[in-house]
Amino acid sequence: MSAFESELQIVADRVIDQARSGEQIEAFVARGGETEVRVYEGDVEHFVSAQSEGIGIRVIVDGRTGFAYAGTLDDSAIAEVLAEARDNVQFGTVDEWAALAEPDGVAVTEQTLWNEELADFPTDQKIDLAKELEKLASGADPRVRVDDSNYADAYGESAVASTTGIRMSGRENGCYVSVSTLADEGEGDDAETQTGFGFSVGRSPSEFDLDRAAREAADRATRLLGATQPPSKRLTVVLDPFVTAQFLGVISSTLNGEAVVKGRSLFRDRLGDEVAASIVTFVDDPTNPKAYTATDVDGEGLAARRNVLIEDGVLKKFVHNSYSARRAGTVSTGNATRGGFAGTPGVGCLAISLVPGDRSQEELIADVDDGLLVQQMQGLHSGVNPISGDFSTGAAGLLIENGTLGAPVREITIASTLQRMLLDIVEVGGDIDWLPMNSAGMSLVISDVTMSGA
Amino acid sequence: MIEQDVLERVLAGAVSDGADFAEVYAEDKRSTSAGLDDGRVEQVTSGRDRGAGIRVVAGDTTGFAYTSDLTEPGLEAAAGAAAAAASQGGGGVRTVALTASAPHRPNRVEQDPDTVAKAAKVELLNRMDDAARSYGPEIVQVSAGYGDSRKNVLVANTDGVMTSDEVVRTLLRISAVADGDTGMQTGYQSMGHTIGFEVFNSVDVEELAREAARQAITKLRARPAPSGAMPVVIKHGTGGVLFHEACGHGLEADIIAKGASVYAGKVGQQVASPLVTLVDDGTMPGEWGTLGFDDEGHITQRNVLIEDGMLSDYMWDFLRARKEGRPQSGNGRRQSYQHLPMVRMTNTFVLDGPDDADDIIASTPNGVYVSKLGGGSVNTATGDFVFGMTEAYLIENGEITEPLRDGNLIGNGPKVLQDIDMLANDFSMGSPGTCGKDGQGVPVGDGQPTLRVKSLTIGGTSS
Repeated sequence: MSAFESELQIVADRVIDQARSGEQIEAFVARGGETEVRVYEGDVEHFVSAQSEGIGIRVIVDGRTGFAYAGTLDDSAIAEVLAEARDNVQFGTVDEWAALAEPDGVAVTEQTLWNEELADFPTDQKIDLAKELEKLASGADPRVRVDDSNYADAYGESAVASTTGIRMSGRENGCYVSVSTLADEGEGDDAETQTGFGFSVGRSPSEFDLDRAAREAADRATRLLGATQPPSKRLTVVLDPFVTAQFLGVISSTLNGEAVVKGRSLFRDRLGDEVAASIVTFVDDPTNPKAYTATDVDGEGLAARRNVLIEDGVLKKFVHNSYSARRAGTVSTGNATRGGFAGTPGVGCLAISLVPGDRSQEELIADVDDGLLVQQMQGLHSGVNPISGDFSTGAAGLLIENGTLGAPVREITIASTLQRMLLDIVEVGGDIDWLPMNSAGMSLVISDVTMSGA
Repeated sequence: MIEQDVLERVLAGAVSDGADFAEVYAEDKRSTSAGLDDGRVEQVTSGRDRGAGIRVVAGDTTGFAYTSDLTEPGLEAAAGAAAAAASQGGGGVRTVALTASAPHRPNRVEQDPDTVAKAAKVELLNRMDDAARSYGPEIVQVSAGYGDSRKNVLVANTDGVMTSDEVVRTLLRISAVADGDTGMQTGYQSMGHTIGFEVFNSVDVEELAREAARQAITKLRARPAPSGAMPVVIKHGTGGVLFHEACGHGLEADIIAKGASVYAGKVGQQVASPLVTLVDDGTMPGEWGTLGFDDEGHITQRNVLIEDGMLSDYMWDFLRARKEGRPQSGNGRRQSYQHLPMVRMTNTFVLDGPDDADDIIASTPNGVYVSKLGGGSVNTATGDFVFGMTEAYLIENGEITEPLRDGNLIGNGPKVLQDIDMLANDFSMGSPGTCGKDGQGVPVGDGQPTLRVKSLTIGGTSS
């Protein structure tokens, strides 16, 4: 959120002014809007334009917490939310560490998260962008058709206030275009379809690269045409940047301070140990303006900051919000997350990356004798257990033979454990890409992974 | 929630610029949830979500806007925004006369969760925590959650449809972590129904907790899952997600219309083993995917999708049915008033077959027995789908032997449906699920008898 004195701050302030003796109260107030255009075969399929707002109130008394929210900012609804949150306090178990965040004196790194050009961007040009992207993607290759082409933007404004002295408000906006493609080949029983996607994100539409989005969407789909199921074997995998970003997201959940203090992290007692190959430095840095999820403050209103979690392979730090930090006997790392007004702050990484290497994907592949370029993973939510470390996902991609890309493969899984994969990282690519998620991506080479197929 | 004359004026206003169709979907939802973790009830949450989504259709273009302001000016503003978004010119005055549908309530709610003391809800969590921890000293962590909601829904449209519905949900979940020499393992159980708090008179919540604990402890001695293709037997009431992914999504008419499904153009053809009859039924009393009316005001119904292996029909919502000039099937659903409806499943299940479950295992020399499945996902255009196994065992010489570590299985929908070579007569429904599509999550149910797939690829590491 960019520093911005929001009228929502007045709403939040008014709530905490009602605190009674012995009560800690936090009010989080948010308002937002979105536009979404979907184009299909040259026409607008749907156009969504909407606003929403709401408030969440947390009350802590003598170590017991209660919470309530409502998707409206009516005065009567806010009074009801405060009353419900207070009523809910009595049902919480006393927790000696339960308390709201307190200002910690860490200076906020100012960021430009609000773009006036986007705020004023006319509707018909939003539609034109989605139409243009559809045209570019379907024109990129005669075998490609477009499933849907989209333009979307969103803005959000929020304010938080607490009786412990937190007072912060801000706003941000952003936009993206995306396209899903289908590539067809063959007739009758031999007919085959593969899918791809492409996107481009920005603080304003002038940052879009439609050509790249269209080309990648077409390439991803056509590259897999003719894919077959290979026999099972152990090999080296090269993860595409988008796939690496998903993998880093899984790793980040094992470095979560809340999982650590509750005994759910497989790295809970490994601080100071070598948990990854020495070329791995894992950073969470929401103050990097290139990150899609860059922010100046975290979900509790503390300054967002750069944290190095794994340095040269050694586990240095877990991420914390104020609660998990208090339990762990440390201080918040500015990693409170908040999904909106309907929930209380959790803990999580905000903008992950590995410190990149210096070689291109092509150069990395040239060093692999027997491998697999993983272009997509499927089922990260169902086959990866971040508590036991078991890792198994569906995949599709291209085989690598003697340093060059070979036949496309599908209906395979790749499997190992998270612990082993971190240690088996052979090289980090230099092709860093900031993606529309909380992680950057780059090509990543991991040895000794099991590919299961026929 | 909104007076009929207000709805009629708002709808008439929404189509005054010449649109073909307008719809108001309003909801008022109150919810309570409670979470226990690390031996503590962390917090009880009360929620209120209230608002309306207005959809205006002109030709093939849909305009949509939503608002949390349910007054007439608030609704008019949203209707204006939706109409402008769909605007294709034209004009003219239309009047809208709504006829209220008779209530349709597949579920009888005896004890509205709103009338139950919060202390009684929290008590369920404490009982589960105790039961899981006392199951064995290996259990080192437990988290549990309770949730209930009561959602009043009103749908009205320019075709004169006006329906109202009240959907009550109760949900309980527990996850346990066991620690041993081989590291940590997890177990998970959940139950969810579209009835009230009376469900806990018949459900043994301690048993649910012990089951999660047993699962975690069992996996402490699990070996790495095998890698490669082999026969897979799936326990009844756990594998409905297989059909949800292997063919359910591919039978949704919006995906069919765009030629993005391997099942497009296959109605009347044999798409599965003759053992398979697949049904989607939104009317099953008390089930997680059950509704009186779908989220477009169409009464829910029982739809046979595959009969004895033959594809009989797809699932339909308003837009797709209108385009094809055929009836809707009660499958138009949305996550909330902030979302556009689309074709979704309700409760999707496979009917009983002829075999005995024990015989299926005994007649499988080598393979994998999956007794608890995790989530899944599918690429409808290729048919490739995955699903996770969270409790599984090796089958050796027709007997269930060692437990296996977690992993994904991958298969191709059309091939797997043909490869179902044994189907038992022990049907049961599974756990409550949330189905994600295009960024929206809706509650769904699934079920199936014990079955065998001749060959599926197991994504383990052991050769």
